[in-house]
Amino acid sequence: MEALSSEAKPVISAGGEPQVTVERTVRPTPDRYRNALGKYKINRSADCVGCGDCAKLCREGVHVKPDGYAFSLRPRDHLCIGPECAKTDHYCVDKCTKKALSMARNPTVDAMGDPRWTSDLILSTWHMAETGHVPKAGIEHRTGESGGGFDRIHFDFPATPAAKIDPARVDTGLDLNRRNDGRPQIHIDLPVYGGGMSFGSVSIHTIVGKARAAAAWNTFTCTGEGGFHDRLKPYDNHVITQVATGLFGVREDTIQRVPIVEFKYAQGAKPGLGGHLLGDKNTPAVARMREAVTGNALFSPFPFHSVYSVEDHKKHLDWIKEVNPRALVSVKVSTPTDVDMVAVGSYYAGAHIIHLDGSYGGTGAAPDIAKKNIAMPIEYAIAKVHKFLVAEGIRDSVTLIVSGGARTAWDVMKAIALGADGVVIGTAEMVALGCVRCACCESGRGCPRGIASTDPELMMQMSLDWATQRLINLLAAWREQMVEILVKLGIPSTRELRGRSDVLYYAKEASL
Amino acid sequence: MPDKYHIKAAATPGHFRRVGKFGSVDWREDCSRCTNCVKPRCVYDTYKKEATYNRDPATSVIPLYECRGCLSCVQGCTKGLLAISINPEYLALGDEYWKPDILATTWNQADSGRIPVSGAGYRGRFHGPGFDGIWTDMSEIVRPTRDGIHGREYISTSVDIGCKPMRLSFTPDGRLVGETTSLIDIPIPAILDVPPWKISGNALSRARLAAARALKTLAVAPVAEVVGAPADHLPHLVPLVDAGGFAGSEAILRQVRMAEFVDEQQALELFRQAKTVNPSLVCALRLPMQASAADRIVAASKAGVKVFHLCADLHGREVGIENPRHIKDVLREIHGRLVKEGMRDEVTLIVSGGIGLAEHMAKTIICGADLVAVDTSLLVAIGCRVCRGATERTHQEHCAAEAGDLEPTYAAQRMVNLMAAWHSQLIEVLGAMGIREVRRLRGEVGRAIFMEDIEREAFGDLACK
Repeated sequence: MEALSSEAKPVISAGGEPQVTVERTVRPTPDRYRNALGKYKINRSADCVGCGDCAKLCREGVHVKPDGYAFSLRPRDHLCIGPECAKTDHYCVDKCTKKALSMARNPTVDAMGDPRWTSDLILSTWHMAETGHVPKAGIEHRTGESGGGFDRIHFDFPATPAAKIDPARVDTGLDLNRRNDGRPQIHIDLPVYGGGMSFGSVSIHTIVGKARAAAAWNTFTCTGEGGFHDRLKPYDNHVITQVATGLFGVREDTIQRVPIVEFKYAQGAKPGLGGHLLGDKNTPAVARMREAVTGNALFSPFPFHSVYSVEDHKKHLDWIKEVNPRALVSVKVSTPTDVDMVAVGSYYAGAHIIHLDGSYGGTGAAPDIAKKNIAMPIEYAIAKVHKFLVAEGIRDSVTLIVSGGARTAWDVMKAIALGADGVVIGTAEMVALGCVRCACCESGRGCPRGIASTDPELMMQMSLDWATQRLINLLAAWREQMVEILVKLGIPSTRELRGRSDVLYYAKEASL
Repeated sequence: MPDKYHIKAAATPGHFRRVGKFGSVDWREDCSRCTNCVKPRCVYDTYKKEATYNRDPATSVIPLYECRGCLSCVQGCTKGLLAISINPEYLALGDEYWKPDILATTWNQADSGRIPVSGAGYRGRFHGPGFDGIWTDMSEIVRPTRDGIHGREYISTSVDIGCKPMRLSFTPDGRLVGETTSLIDIPIPAILDVPPWKISGNALSRARLAAARALKTLAVAPVAEVVGAPADHLPHLVPLVDAGGFAGSEAILRQVRMAEFVDEQQALELFRQAKTVNPSLVCALRLPMQASAADRIVAASKAGVKVFHLCADLHGREVGIENPRHIKDVLREIHGRLVKEGMRDEVTLIVSGGIGLAEHMAKTIICGADLVAVDTSLLVAIGCRVCRGATERTHQEHCAAEAGDLEPTYAAQRMVNLMAAWHSQLIEVLGAMGIREVRRLRGEVGRAIFMEDIEREAFGDLACK
């Protein structure tokens, strides 16, 4: 156990709710399934005589032989670092006197993942969520294999950093209010916060786990468009209320009790299409929250039919600012060809935060044609919008937050170097909770692993404490990597990394 | 209020052996028959259905490809005896263009007529050659003075095929100069084309024609393959006429609205003869997709041909050229040339070859086509695995697409279902853009994002290594 910080003070939210403090502590949080999956499989044959040498030898904890046991336990092969270990003097397969051990790539791993989220990325995210640290070796935890975007952009680390930076002094914080308009400054400790996921699209344990992890890391999570669940109230100060076109669960109270309100114009995974909660997931609890009829499919239509211009858009923001005079207002838009103009328009309408959601982002359900084809991936939009805001002379007056395809801490830092101030994540959190990206969030009872499901039986596969700790651990591991990158670059803070595209290079071929 | 265009999809499970993506590996000899077995707990009942199938092989084979790869069973088995792997037969489906995922999604759409919907975000490569290097635009807010939409049901997907003169001329006494204009209005920007390789028997053509009638569109077919078709199907037939001419088919030619002539030596002469038989016939010239096609179109247009069907190869590339380019590049060039010549609005461009997904239809239109002709996808809808190399089939199983024993009603409904799903997806794309009719999408490259352009704009200042 290692305490990184635990400075939370008891406070009362604007909604009058005592705020719960969550300790920012890394704790080992193993997979909730009996068989954790690893990249490699260690097979122990019947030739094993139970000598226990492997347990004494292994430094990764793969082999365990408890006292009094005749034989070692089934190998915990998800901890095995594979061929990397063969280069050492403690490789169990070589050292086993009975030749009873063998190591091979786990065939199931080949059935996991995809070019964007490779099996390595999924497994390494699980590792980080379990341990709070980066995997030691044998697994690629930085990039995927999509052949473009973040997977072809890499840091060009100098042989000697420009300045010697003490890792303990690296600043990963971010101030969200740059308008100097008398509204409060909001500081978050990481340039990352959680994306909107509605109650209905994901389980209550997922939602509250995200909020608790946000509280631990002094950052935010977002309600999505499913209403403000009562169980979020103890974390009011770390919640963003989303106002989207369906206005599900939006009330004055839910706007007034939070520090940030987000207007969702579009979602990257289904830009221009609106939201859709399939009837099966509209359980009585979900329907109650959304003030809808149980079992009916719920549509959040696109677009806001009250907005035809930047002036109409400003009217929306003014409404929120009037209802909650202390709130910062975020505007979430997708990435059309004129995304740069949209960003400038949002700034002049009064937004504190412009949130660009790229087309390859996550979703609980979207037409496949939209996920792949409509609007541009976020990597392009960041560079395009950052340059345009700089040219317009307003870059330092607005916070640019991006989402839709940031899978790792490395993606976050690349996004910042391209010009973002911070990043919103979603799928990475789901993977930390055990998602395998089987893409079955939308059908029937929802996620078979209980993450994106409101089915009473399925959602109980995951406890709130477990979910919270996995997310806290993931963010700890991510911060560890952010610090590592900044130290290697000789840059003391993520703020100073913003727009430093000179520290990046574009690989001619997709490779590390 | 005019009738809305609606395609009647109906669940039509495939009669062919489906190849599933995932296969489970089960070390049953080590199973201890514990009371905590994960198999009955499978959310999708995959194991229960499989057990039913094992007891009675006459039951549906559907369970054998129903595993969704959630890995709950793999991770939950008490003794860790289960594993999932990708079915190698699945990976061997199709070719480098007609990938297994394209075949699988086409089969699913042909089953139900529904749009493929899934969770978890996009899972493919960042970009790729051809259509995978284009993203379509979206509009953040409605612009009612321009292309505002008031509901998807009001988006028109109709297109016109035929001569569209820019103006009408009259003699001093008020008579129209030249021929009267014949236009065919079809409610979906797609016609159903002949397969890219010869399929034995007539059943496929009959099915295609029946599907075209249900879709209120057109089906291209050699006359010999649709002899005896019901009279009410003929207005949806586009006879394909090659150098052999149409001798003996005059009766059919009088009943159809459009014919296609293969661009061979006597094509224009046959064209004129056909017009004599049926003066209101819309005649199209069918020619290979090549850059030189622009010259041919300009020349033929001046000679009176106003409809052109450009045929790319199976992979959507130029035909008969050493380093063929993709439709998106060639078509933009041809479209641009016709715009420059001031004749783009007078002619209709139909494009086929490599149109494998609904997004290909939208992107082809963005690149300059008026409509597409669907060919290989119709075969896939009835079970084809696109296993054919240059000429020969490469898998030895009975081919689901071979027409000998194909039941036309079943095949037609699967084609209708596929086009229903494509039509709905086209509306999603148009709705996202705020464009309310597909005619306006033609050549609208400003409403698309081309990979080469955006890479230069966004990453042009990055060092390259």
